Amino acid sequence: MKFGVVRFPGSCDEVDAVLACEQQGEAEILWHGDRDLKGADVVVVPGGFSYGDYLRVGAIAQFSPVMDAVAEFARAGGPVLGICNGFQVLCEAGLLPGALLPNVELRFVCRQVDVEVANADTPFTRQCAEGDVLSIPVKHTTGRYYAPETTLAEIEERGQVVLRYAEDYNPNGSANGIAGVCNAERNVMGLMPHPEHAVDPLTGSADGACLFASLAAHAAEPAAA
Amino acid sequence: MSDPAATAAADLRGEARALGLTDSEYDLICDKLGRTPNGLELAVFSLMWSEHCAYKHSKRLLGRLPTEGPHLLMGPGENAGAVDVGDGLAIAFKVESHNHPSAVEPFQGAATGVGGIMRDIFAVGARPIAVLDSLRFGELDSARSRYLLDGAVAGIGHYGNSIGVPTVGGEVYFEGPYEQNCLVNAMCLGIAPKERLIRSAAAGLGNHLVLMGARTGRDGIGGASVLASAELGDDDADKRPTVQIGDPFEEKKVMEACLELLDRELLASLQDLGAAGLSSSSSEMASKGEVGLDIDVSKVPLREEDMEPFEIMVSESQERMLAVVEPEQLAAVEKVCERWEVRCTVIGEVTDTRRMRIFDGDEQVGDMPVEALVDDCPLYDLEPEEPAEQIYPAPKRTLDELIATTGDDRASAADDPAAILLALLASSNLASRRPLFEQYDALVQSRTVRRPEAADAAVLQLVHDTGGSTAIAISIDGNGRRVACDPYWGTVEAVLECASNLACVGAEPLGLTNCLNFGNPEKPHVAWQLSRSVEGMADALNQLGVPVVGGNVSLYNQSGDGPIYPTPVVGMVGSIPDAKRTAGIGFAEEGHVVAMCGTPQPSLAGSALAKLRGEPLPTSLAPVDIAAVKRAQDAVRDAVRAGDLASAHDMAEGGVLVAIAESCLAGGIGATLDFFGGDDATYAELEPYLFGEAVGGFIVSGPRDAIDRLAERVPTDVFGSVGGDRLELPVGDRRLSVSLDELRMAHSALAGAFS
Repeated sequence: MKFGVVRFPGSCDEVDAVLACEQQGEAEILWHGDRDLKGADVVVVPGGFSYGDYLRVGAIAQFSPVMDAVAEFARAGGPVLGICNGFQVLCEAGLLPGALLPNVELRFVCRQVDVEVANADTPFTRQCAEGDVLSIPVKHTTGRYYAPETTLAEIEERGQVVLRYAEDYNPNGSANGIAGVCNAERNVMGLMPHPEHAVDPLTGSADGACLFASLAAHAAEPAAA
Repeated sequence: MSDPAATAAADLRGEARALGLTDSEYDLICDKLGRTPNGLELAVFSLMWSEHCAYKHSKRLLGRLPTEGPHLLMGPGENAGAVDVGDGLAIAFKVESHNHPSAVEPFQGAATGVGGIMRDIFAVGARPIAVLDSLRFGELDSARSRYLLDGAVAGIGHYGNSIGVPTVGGEVYFEGPYEQNCLVNAMCLGIAPKERLIRSAAAGLGNHLVLMGARTGRDGIGGASVLASAELGDDDADKRPTVQIGDPFEEKKVMEACLELLDRELLASLQDLGAAGLSSSSSEMASKGEVGLDIDVSKVPLREEDMEPFEIMVSESQERMLAVVEPEQLAAVEKVCERWEVRCTVIGEVTDTRRMRIFDGDEQVGDMPVEALVDDCPLYDLEPEEPAEQIYPAPKRTLDELIATTGDDRASAADDPAAILLALLASSNLASRRPLFEQYDALVQSRTVRRPEAADAAVLQLVHDTGGSTAIAISIDGNGRRVACDPYWGTVEAVLECASNLACVGAEPLGLTNCLNFGNPEKPHVAWQLSRSVEGMADALNQLGVPVVGGNVSLYNQSGDGPIYPTPVVGMVGSIPDAKRTAGIGFAEEGHVVAMCGTPQPSLAGSALAKLRGEPLPTSLAPVDIAAVKRAQDAVRDAVRAGDLASAHDMAEGGVLVAIAESCLAGGIGATLDFFGGDDATYAELEPYLFGEAVGGFIVSGPRDAIDRLAERVPTDVFGSVGGDRLELPVGDRRLSVSLDELRMAHSALAGAFS
């Protein structure tokens, strides 16, 4: 199977994402100016600062040619994973509910946190079990998940909350401790923690690899997800 | 075409003085030109002959430093130096100051400091892989210091985080003499295949001179002369417009474009635009290539209309690079730049005139011999004189206050070792730096094996670069207060501590970069500090066998209150054969033994505790047996590489107990020590051993047989064991006993600095 990893001019973590994907399958960079997804089975929108993000984070990226193609891919049921800036971009593009606001502390925070798998029945977490605790780093200034009360109730109800910060680990003031959410169809997911920085025990943890492994398994037999 | 000689004013001596040139320097310029300079030429000369660009007070001194070594690939003189780390790879690195801009506007000053040092690294063809910073501010009870700290840390994070280069380490000290003149030094490392390293010499007659990146504005005009080469005064707010504004997104694109251009071998040479902008970058390229350059300023893309030719030549707008491109490669270069949405404009060409000729369209507005600009600035000998007494005031006593804030209710706490230990851990120079480094992305690029505070040096694996097991380690050090006590031995200590930090993660030093932050070198006592410091650095490096690969000198760091502490900052890069075999500082396992390896001679003179007690700075430090320290470093390094040690941590500020407490905190486990078992010694007799400072001591832990093997090579004193959740030891007839929670609480004292 093949992962496609989007590269905007201001992407920072795309090479890390490629390395994480390559543990599970093939991976190829998708240039922001192209609509061609190069036959990817899974698309990853990585972390970074897409187009500088001097405006609202992720606001410009939704208008790029590659995001046009990614939106189309997602509407057709293709799995799309947005990490950090990628999460922000997917929210801005309307592919995920809610929005990311500046951290409560208003500062960039780089920290290893524990997150709990809240829903293991998604293409992103099918190799985890509900309640699993994963040690994954966060690093962002704008990661406080927000959605209106009714939306929050809805996504909780439908099991769209995929990952939640463990007690005392919420680094940014996210509503309901939400670290990662998916859409109602469960084929698009965004998360603030960086699973691609948790795929090697030598650099701190390998707990993030299960997300990429889940996606690879899903791509191998999509009907089972 | 007009002749610049005709536009030259009769005499610009007054203007020359205002731009920082002496009368004799002005006369020399007239002599080199064979006429008086016009305004543009004077502006360019004033920058090229400033301390910042010409090193006129430090060049002769720097010649004493060793610059040869077996691993050296590129030494001083290029944008950055480089060492060979095996597997066909080079690591380029350099540290540079951005002190005065940061004192004026900390966020942008620090941000553009990081941006500038990164350009130096990719200018030699290396991809930036890590940033470290070395910061100095006044005491934290000052609102100005907290403002500068807050702004500088946010600025460093803003630039490094946004560009995708991890900030993996650094250091910060708070001392009164930095109150008005903070220090912001940034170090960057880059990686490149050895054969891709590129020099900046312009070559090839008729080749295009291509300006890439941001448009040119009025920001930073005169920065090099006005800001970097004069003392700060009361009117610093007026200098705010001369501080540059950073745009990390632009730099990211310029960096990617440059690295792709080098990968495809489309550039003949490359240079970044830093201090003195186009003037210095172009004339240095011409000088190294022994050629001339014709530049047409009307071709330079501008941010503002109606800029004068001289403004275009001296602007310090950020995120710009200058390349020499063969005419037949130009179309391909333009195509790469277009893909990265990076501006790229031909602004001139390489000539054989050995002159810098500046045009504004058809009109020639400047004509200067390259040699006069780059090589003919007069060099000055320092006139050092040792001051009769210590020139720095005693620090304010803060010990009682600290003991009170660490919540100690012990009777007569000021001579209670537990209360003093907690006060030291809570003091601004020793408290955990977590609230700072959590503002930096330490992880991007997937190389970071040892994060800040986990080990004495940052460790980066190279598996994704080489496919092999090797790693590199980096440390940056420099304790200005110790150098203020004794410029020679204080600097020796800084170099040795840096090498000790590398030894603790199993790394062998390959090269060193330095940033010499001092006061006004025209003052005899500062000249003495500078000379003695460079002598100490040279002697230590010669004995360690480590060369200097490049660096930076930042002088005139003083205010009305006098000079800063003399602050030589050194950054060292070392190699590690196996990334899996690097020790952290944290104790690991119940039952491991704790030992001191090496033979440090601790003394309270000039120590962190002496500072908390408000004691005057001494005028000398104890000499160090450099060879003995090196033997201990070699032994520790080998033991770490053999996988023998569970932890290794060099004893530094605060002394042995602070080092042990840090190892307890990092490992989340206690220790019981018995090294002061005798109950006939008084606390006063024991205090120098507990809290005195010296280089060359290592707190190590591991299985008993591993420590015994270490003891066969160098003196190693086993004095305790790992376990429990308290740090406990007998101190004479008393018993020191503190819980991990108490240690942790004290150590997290800086959290409040950012609220």
